[in-house]
Amino acid sequence: MFLTISTTGTAGSPATDLGFLLHKHPDKAQRFSTSHGTAHVLYPEAGAERCTAALLLEIDPVALVRRAKDKNRGGAPDSALAQYVNDRPYAASSLLAVAIGNVFSTALKGQCAARPELPGAARPLRIEVPVLPARGGAALVERLFAPLGWTVVAEPIALDETFPQWGDSRYVRLVLEGEQRLADALRHLYVLLPVLDDAKHYWVAPDEVEKLLRAGEGWLESHPEQRLIAGRYLGRRWSLTRDALERLALARLAESDDTEAEALDNAVDEETDTEERPVPLAVQRRAAILDALRAAGAARVLDLGCGQGQLVGELLKDPRFTEVAGTDVSPRALAVAARRLRLDRMTERQAARVRLFQGSLAYTDRRLAGYDAAVLSEVIEHLDLPRLPALEHAVFGAARPATVVVTTPNVEYNVRWETLPAGHVRHSDHRFEWTREEFRTWAAEVADRYGYEVAYVPVGPDDPEVGPPTQMGVFTRKEKESEQEKAA
Amino acid sequence: MTSTETTAAAGTAKRTLAVTDLSLVVLIGATGSGKSTFARKHFKPTEVISSDFCRGLVADDENDQSASGDAFDVLHYIAGKRLAAGRLTVVDATNVQAEARRQLVRVAREHDVLPIAIVLDLPEEVCAARNAGRSDRAGLPRHVIQRHRRELRRSLRGLEREGFRKVHVLRSAEEVEAAEVVLERRFNDLRHLTGPFDIIGDIHGCSSELETLLAKLGYEDGAHPAGRTAVFVGDLVDRGPDSPGVLRRVMGMVAAGNALCVPGNHENKLGRWLKGKKVQHSHGLAETIEQLERVDAEDPAFRERVREFIDGLVSHYVLDGGKLVVCHAGLPEKYHGRTSGRVRSHALYGDTTGETDEFGLPVRYPWAEDYRGRAAVVYGHTPNPSATWLNNTICLDTGAVFGGKMTALRWPERELVDVPAEQVWYEPARPLASDAPGGADGRPLDLTDVTGRRVVETRHMGRVAVKEENAAAALEVMSRFAVDPRLLPYLPPTMAPCATSQEEGYLEHPAEAFAAYRADGVRQVVCEEKHMGSRAVALVCRDADVARERFGATGGVSGALYTRTGRPFFDDPAMTERVLRRLSRTAGSAGLWEELETDWLLLDAELMPWSLKAQGLLRHQYAAVGAASGAVFPPALAALEAAAGRGVDVSGLLDRQRERAADAAAFTEAYRRYCWTTGDSAQGWPGEQAETHAPRRVGDRGTDGLDGIRMAPFQILAVQGRSLAALPHGEQLALIDRMIEAETHGSEANNGLCAYTPVYMNRLLAPTRRLVVDTEDEASVAAGVQWWLDLTGAGGEGMVVKPLQALVRTEGGRLVQPGVKCRGREYLRIIYGPEYTRPDNLTRLRARHLGHKRSLALREYALGLEALDRLAEGEPLWRVHEAVFGVLALESEPVDPRL
Repeated sequence: MFLTISTTGTAGSPATDLGFLLHKHPDKAQRFSTSHGTAHVLYPEAGAERCTAALLLEIDPVALVRRAKDKNRGGAPDSALAQYVNDRPYAASSLLAVAIGNVFSTALKGQCAARPELPGAARPLRIEVPVLPARGGAALVERLFAPLGWTVVAEPIALDETFPQWGDSRYVRLVLEGEQRLADALRHLYVLLPVLDDAKHYWVAPDEVEKLLRAGEGWLESHPEQRLIAGRYLGRRWSLTRDALERLALARLAESDDTEAEALDNAVDEETDTEERPVPLAVQRRAAILDALRAAGAARVLDLGCGQGQLVGELLKDPRFTEVAGTDVSPRALAVAARRLRLDRMTERQAARVRLFQGSLAYTDRRLAGYDAAVLSEVIEHLDLPRLPALEHAVFGAARPATVVVTTPNVEYNVRWETLPAGHVRHSDHRFEWTREEFRTWAAEVADRYGYEVAYVPVGPDDPEVGPPTQMGVFTRKEKESEQEKAA
Repeated sequence: MTSTETTAAAGTAKRTLAVTDLSLVVLIGATGSGKSTFARKHFKPTEVISSDFCRGLVADDENDQSASGDAFDVLHYIAGKRLAAGRLTVVDATNVQAEARRQLVRVAREHDVLPIAIVLDLPEEVCAARNAGRSDRAGLPRHVIQRHRRELRRSLRGLEREGFRKVHVLRSAEEVEAAEVVLERRFNDLRHLTGPFDIIGDIHGCSSELETLLAKLGYEDGAHPAGRTAVFVGDLVDRGPDSPGVLRRVMGMVAAGNALCVPGNHENKLGRWLKGKKVQHSHGLAETIEQLERVDAEDPAFRERVREFIDGLVSHYVLDGGKLVVCHAGLPEKYHGRTSGRVRSHALYGDTTGETDEFGLPVRYPWAEDYRGRAAVVYGHTPNPSATWLNNTICLDTGAVFGGKMTALRWPERELVDVPAEQVWYEPARPLASDAPGGADGRPLDLTDVTGRRVVETRHMGRVAVKEENAAAALEVMSRFAVDPRLLPYLPPTMAPCATSQEEGYLEHPAEAFAAYRADGVRQVVCEEKHMGSRAVALVCRDADVARERFGATGGVSGALYTRTGRPFFDDPAMTERVLRRLSRTAGSAGLWEELETDWLLLDAELMPWSLKAQGLLRHQYAAVGAASGAVFPPALAALEAAAGRGVDVSGLLDRQRERAADAAAFTEAYRRYCWTTGDSAQGWPGEQAETHAPRRVGDRGTDGLDGIRMAPFQILAVQGRSLAALPHGEQLALIDRMIEAETHGSEANNGLCAYTPVYMNRLLAPTRRLVVDTEDEASVAAGVQWWLDLTGAGGEGMVVKPLQALVRTEGGRLVQPGVKCRGREYLRIIYGPEYTRPDNLTRLRARHLGHKRSLALREYALGLEALDRLAEGEPLWRVHEAVFGVLALESEPVDPRL
């Protein structure tokens, strides 16, 4: 990984002052050991008019992987680091930011013992980062650097020119130009390189907050993208540490199938789930489900596919629900649910009301029998259609609660989501989204086959043309006459 | 069967105490009556649980009476576990109080075994003298013994009423001395009978059909010349035209030892009527009564013989070493060989949900869906249009009396034999619905088939364990992403690389593979070109009907095409179907359906290009690294060269960066080889023209949509009734070559100059180059190495070395790796990074540990073979799925993913 810092000189201030500012002699190539490789500082040009310093960080790819796997050191937060094929030796990342901090520590602090007047003065600077990973693309790069007074050029780099259809990579070639104090420029890079990369090679510790505030002093507080910057710099802390082991097991299965871990590991993401304004509709949906359960007089309730346990939490607030069981196929979702519900801190009496366990509706499960009601909220659309009959049998045929509440998106309503491109489903894992007609056809068939009656309830604003955003079916088991004489 | 036996006080002759071989034996006697001594003498030490011992367990003191409550909890718990496992259990406690015995009878009933009482009713003096001889009981007051004896005497008379099915009372030390415990087999335990059997379904008075069926089975006047035994599953009578005739035939065969018979609910009801009980004459009993009355005139004793016959029927039989259970209405595994009222009731009536259907008939609980037992359960009771196996159970009631047919099952052949009904003898209350359990209605597997820590019994490697956390990870992937388990009869095992090479510049080298097989005593190996695509397993059925009938496929699909974790290979089902149809047609033109006597094939293959499936990985990892390295080196090298030009000493650094730039370029070249566009009708696969000797001629014709896609099958894993996993690779590849040839002919004809067909046919099948090497022959080994060097030098991924005989064991009986991979030097850049070939990197990378990977490869291989064997033998879905799921679970074990 590599970057250059250039300046131009004037009569009173030769470009070679850069050497004083960086505290590195322009006529020497210097090397510094850092934890992941060797940093080199050298000057390809060093004249009075123009002077350019280059920082080249030689990463040892094998050591990087071995360190990432080292459990004694806690491993690495970024699963990509465990790959030998990885961009870290080439792209400007948090490794380069750390190297800037180490190699240019004096300059970063705005100190210069030999020429104390230099650091305080702005000078024309040109910074070039040939390969900068930018999650959010060139537009975000512009939004981050332009408010700081830089003229920004961010050119996307093609993934592979032999396959133009693959499009651009997530890297840009970045050139910043502007009149800046060098210390400020370095601090901008120190913070914004890892923010743009949106990954860190080390575990973010609480002292990271201090580091951010120190490096951001004087510019971050008024930066319009302050939230994004702080969020990316710090916000992943909890998500990285959580359930690292479970993620690894899943990642291995993904890898053995030539897919990415993210493609499988999407069971825990309420934010991206479903719709653009998730909170209001999700809240309305839960309220509608609770109403249906109360109307049915249910006391013992199953939440099938409970995800992070939001509905379980709502159910527990009402004492009429004496027993609430949440199941999900994802152990990570259940771990999040347990944490959100604070299961380990509940009183014994409260804890006795709730149970969370891994389950799969592709299989019958005798633990699901004997409940008054079961909820399948935003679950069926996550199954491939050919596998839906297995779920129907497991729920309506085997578990057979008196009441089953099913919610699923109404695809007709999608035209009302302004940000949803036409023809797109609301969540990348949705295998299908049904019209009202399709849902009713399915529900009626299931009800008929398994001896239920079904009523339909709109959830959310019921648009006269396209219906409500969420459709809900409340299935009620038909009661049979008492058992007659056994006959054959 | 209840018997209370006491002997004259003076009797000192041998006294036999009959004890059923699976029962709960309750010893009853005052303290000091010698129960423990008796138990030690007649039973194995592990069969006896004493209350004193349990007191010691919970209270550190065998005589601490305050711990009795907890001690008996423990005792009941242990007794329950033993009985559940089918082990004779003896309770050594005073048991003089009715309440204590009541709890034990409950434990026995819970586990459906007989409670048996052995009472030691010894004189007070004897007890007192024995207690006095024991230091820990010497101080026991006399009145305790007196109280025990009082309570015991009060109890004696009521023991049978309490539920004890046998009561043995011993009244003196001499009697105790002379007693001998004799184990008796249960009535239902006929494991020693091995048949062969012909099990015959519900008859319901259809004597003419019965005679026809018996004749078809080869019986001559009730006896089989080859000594076969008929087994009747009950419901001989009612509804049909000639119940007495059926009874006469069956009773005669049973009496002659040519048949066994279990009672049906109709015999049970008839028996009660014959005993003079009041029963409703519904469901066809009226007809039987009328028929019996007609018989009375000529054979007045017939009724009585029928009554005795029915009275003597045992509700179910365990036969053929425990492999076969026959009863009328089905029986869950925990009831096999058990004896209790509810076992009998289940055997006669089955289980019901408590509901009734729209015809007023009780809704039956589908016990067979839950059945996971090893024994086959053959039963009747519920009329179905035809008999089908479900989870190793089969219902033989095919509604003969309702105008269906009468069905028999030959055992152990598992062959069905049936005869049609001569007419509708009785109108059914409900039509013979096709909702037989196991119909193609998406009936799911049960979670207990797959979750938790599991041990899968395999034929080739014994017990293979699956850890709970791995099963949990697999459950998620299987549930959310995999194809329907019915269409997923196999997952491919992982494959270990050859041992790490010390050859300069190489991490993997075939010399290691040849040496390893030589060391295992494998002389002939085949080197197969390794295609760089994505693994694909194809379940190819002749057509959609076969897929529906054999695999329960829905939606008109003719099979499945899935990845190594069971995901559909293509997101678009139409693409899948196109590939499957092509494979099916090709197998047909190659004559494989007839030759292999099958109408489906399971194919293991590699599907290319890699970019087809690995788009995401390519974009985010491989191409990304290529893009980053490609963009960073030019400016970095320019900067270094400029610095050098200024006289700054950067020589070492500059050289190193140049080498790294070259490595990165080589990496980009390496992955690009495995990428090409598909679905573009103008473009085929690389080398297509050279191979077809003709340019693509698409013009205004359409194409078959498979443009650029290639599939290299390398093994036919299984066909109907047969696993081909052990078929030598030479024969395997010959079969596949025929498919390729058939496809080539087909596409040439289709795409020929004079073709008027509207579609241009892409050549889907790709050949696998191969070379047989003799590991003992140096020249042959050298040729193998050279072959690999040429292959990988030309951009090939590498090769897989397999024992030519496929399924091979060492002399010591250990399973040999079914294959090891030797990946090419350039290809490995994709695995170990662009710069792995640098000497200092190679040195470190050589420290890789193959042990776990090899063990994993073998375990997954054994599970895969097991799945194929179970599939071939027509075992129930859950058995096949268990092994398949095991492979997926093992895949989530933490092992170096680069191996």
